[in-house]
Amino acid sequence: MKGMTIIVKTISSWVKVLIFLFGIYIILFGHLTPGGGFAGGVILASCYVLLMLAFGREYVEKNLPLPVASKLDCLGAFLFALIAVLGLVFGGTFFLNFLYQKYLPGEALELVSAGTIPLSNIAIGLKVGASLFLVILVLSMFRPDMSGKKEE
Amino acid sequence: MSIPLPVFIAIPLVTAFVLPIFGKKGKDAATVLANLATISLLVLAVASIGQSGVYEIGKWSIPLGINLVLDGLSSLLLLAISVVASAAMLFSARYMEQYTAKAKYLSLFLLMVAGMNGVVLSGDIFNLFVFLEIASLASYALVGFGCEHEELEASFKYMVLGSIGSIFILFAVALVYGNTGSLNMAYIGKAIRDSGLNAGLSFAMALFVVGFGLKAALMPFHAWLPDAHPSAPAPISAMLSGILIKTLGIYALARVVFNVFGVSVSIGWLLVVLGLLSMVAGAFLAIGQGDFKRLLAYSSISQIGYVVLGIGLGGLILARAGNNISTEQLGWASLAILGGLFHLVNHAVYKSLLFLTSGSVQMSTGTRQLKQMGGLAEKLPFTRATCTLASASIVGIPPFSGFWSKLILVVAAVQAGFYWIAAIIVFVSLCTLIMYLKVQRYVFLGELPENLQQIKENRGSMLVAMVFLACLCALMGLLVLVPCLKQSILEPAVKVLTDGLEYSAIVMKM
Amino acid sequence: MPYALCFLLFMIGLYCAVVKKNMVKIVIGIMVMEYAVNLFLIMLGYRFGGVAPIIDKGQLEAGMEQFISSSVDPLPQALVLTAIVISLGSLALMISICIRTYEKYGTFDITQIRRLKG
Repeated sequence: MKGMTIIVKTISSWVKVLIFLFGIYIILFGHLTPGGGFAGGVILASCYVLLMLAFGREYVEKNLPLPVASKLDCLGAFLFALIAVLGLVFGGTFFLNFLYQKYLPGEALELVSAGTIPLSNIAIGLKVGASLFLVILVLSMFRPDMSGKKEE
Repeated sequence: MSIPLPVFIAIPLVTAFVLPIFGKKGKDAATVLANLATISLLVLAVASIGQSGVYEIGKWSIPLGINLVLDGLSSLLLLAISVVASAAMLFSARYMEQYTAKAKYLSLFLLMVAGMNGVVLSGDIFNLFVFLEIASLASYALVGFGCEHEELEASFKYMVLGSIGSIFILFAVALVYGNTGSLNMAYIGKAIRDSGLNAGLSFAMALFVVGFGLKAALMPFHAWLPDAHPSAPAPISAMLSGILIKTLGIYALARVVFNVFGVSVSIGWLLVVLGLLSMVAGAFLAIGQGDFKRLLAYSSISQIGYVVLGIGLGGLILARAGNNISTEQLGWASLAILGGLFHLVNHAVYKSLLFLTSGSVQMSTGTRQLKQMGGLAEKLPFTRATCTLASASIVGIPPFSGFWSKLILVVAAVQAGFYWIAAIIVFVSLCTLIMYLKVQRYVFLGELPENLQQIKENRGSMLVAMVFLACLCALMGLLVLVPCLKQSILEPAVKVLTDGLEYSAIVMKM
Repeated sequence: MPYALCFLLFMIGLYCAVVKKNMVKIVIGIMVMEYAVNLFLIMLGYRFGGVAPIIDKGQLEAGMEQFISSSVDPLPQALVLTAIVISLGSLALMISICIRTYEKYGTFDITQIRRLKG
C-alpha cells in the first residue's frame, strides 16, 4: 500500500491528534458519560486505521510494530485481571470495588470517583485498541504470516 | 467456603494472556507454565468436591450482580474438564512440536479451558452464553490451527454452524429476559415455577434445544463434528470430543431444561428421541469410515447419544410422575440420570484417550487411513495397550468403566418399563464392538507395511498422558462400586438434576 | 409489530447463511442474524418517551424516582455491548479463515471447496 493523495495525508495528520484525544476522553470519562473502555478503544484503533489508509501500512507498522501492539494487548488483559485480583487481596472478593469510598473519596459525577471502574476502563481501552488494531493489521497483510487472531 | 470460585476461570485466563509474552525463545518455559496451570486446576477441582456455594462477584447480591454457583453437577464437570485438560496438555507438550506458534496454541487452549470452567460455574444465563462463546471461539481457531486445506474448510463449517447455534442461544436469552425480567437462573426458575410457561418462553426453550443441540452435535445437528474433530491436532480432538461438546452442549442443555425451565413430558421424549437417533445413526456411520480419527468422531456422536438418552429418560420419568412422585419412580429417574452422567465422565476419559492414541499413531506413521496401517502392535506396544484398554472400555467389557455406565442405563430402562430402549442400548453396544474390532484389526494386527518398518514409539510426556488416562479408564468403575466415592462425586450431581425447579430455592438459600 | 420485523430480519439472515454459496455472503448472513438479535434486545428495554439511562447533574437534582420512572432499561444495552464484542471476535476469526481459504483454494464458492465428505 502506497497511501493516498497529499490532501488526504495532510488532513489525516491534522485529524489524527483529535481522534486520539477523543478516544482517550471517551475512555477516561467512561464512568460518567456514554462510552467507556470498549468504545474508546475502538476509536483509538480507528485512528491507526485512518493512518494506515492514508499513509500505507508500512508507516503504521513503523510507528507501532506488531510485537509492541501484541505486548500492549496482553498488558491490557493483565491489568484488568490484576484489578480483579487486587479486589480479592484487599476485600476478599474478586472484582470488589475496593477503592470506592474507602481510599478514594469522590463525589458522584466527578472525574476521580467510582473507585476501580475508571482503572478497569483504561485497561479495557488498552486491550481493545491494541487487539482491534492487530486484527485489522493482520487481516490487511493477506500473507500467511500469523494464524487467525484470537478473540478480544 | 474455602476456594474462591473465580480462580477456576482466573488461572487459565491469566496464564493464557501471560504466555504470548514469552514469544519464540521461551517456548519451554511457556509449556511448563501451561502445564502447571492445568495441573493446579486439577488439584483445585479435586479439592472442590463435596463443596457447594454461591460466589457473588464484587459483593453485588444475587439478582443485581454476576454470581458463580458451585453444586454437585458443576463440580463433577469441573473434575472431568481438568482431568482431560491436564492429560491433553501433557500430551501436547511433545506432540505440538510439529507445529509452529506453540505459544499461541497453548494460550488458545487455556482460553478454551477458561471458557468451559466458566460455563460450568456460571449462575446467570447471559454469562453462560459469554463463556460459551469464549470456549467456542477458541475451539474454532484451534480446529483451523494447522492452516491446511481440510482444516480451514472444517473450521469454517464448524464456525458457521457454531455461530448459528450461539445466535439461537442469544435470541433465547433475550426472550427469557423479556418474559421473566431476570437473567439469573435461580430467579428465572422461580418466575417460571410461579407463573408457568407462556408462548414466548416455550419458543425460547425450543431455541435453547436447537442451539445447545448444535453445540453438542446431536443427530440432526451433527454435520460439523465429523469434519472438525479429525482436523484438529490430536490433543485438541481429545478436548473437543472428550469434554467440549459435553460442557457446551449436554451440561448447558441439562441445566437449562431441568433447573430453569423444568422438565415436561414432551421435552423428555424429545431428548430420548434425539439421544436414540444419535446413538444408532452415529454407530452406523462410524462403522463405514476408513479414517481413524473420523471413525472416532462418529463414535463420539453415538456415545453422546447415550448421555442424552440417560438424562432424557430420567427427565421423562420425573415429568410423567409430576408432583406426587413415588420413591420408586424417583429411584428409577435417579438411576437413569446417574447412568447418563456417569457415561459422560467415562466417555470424557476413554474418548480423549482414544484420540490421544490416534495422535500417537499418526505422529509415528504419518497417516490416518486405517488401510495404510497394520501390524503396529510390536512397534508401538504402549500405544497398543492403552488403545486396547480404551476400546474395551468404550465397548463395555466388564471390569472397565464403560460397562458399568451402560449397565446402569439398561437397568434403569428395564425398571421403568422401556424394554425397547434397553434393547437398542445393547444393540448399539454391539455396533460399537464391531467398529473397535475394526480399529484393532487394521491398526495393530495384520501385516506391517513396507514403509512403516522404521517407525518408533513416541516416549516422554505423551506416554505419561496416555498411561494416566488408561489407569483412570481401568479404575473408573470404582466410582459407582465404592459407596463413599459414589456419594461424594456422582450422587450430588444426580440430585441437582432430580431436584429440578427446586434449584432456585436451593441457590437462594446458599 | 417491531418484533415481527425484527424476526423477519433474523429470518433473512438465516436464509442468507443457509442458502448462499459464497463464503463472505454466509458470514454477512450470520452477522445480520446477530444484529437482528441485538436489535431485539434493545427493543425489549425500550419504553416510549424514555430517556437514556445516564445520570447527569440535572437528573440528580430532579431526584432519583423521576429518573427511574422515565429512563429505558439499561441492562439490555449492556448485554448488547457484550454481544457486539463477542460478535466482533467471531467476525474477525471468520474473515481471517475466509482469507486463508481463498489463498489455498482461489475461490470463495463453497460448492468448489469440497475436500471433506459428509
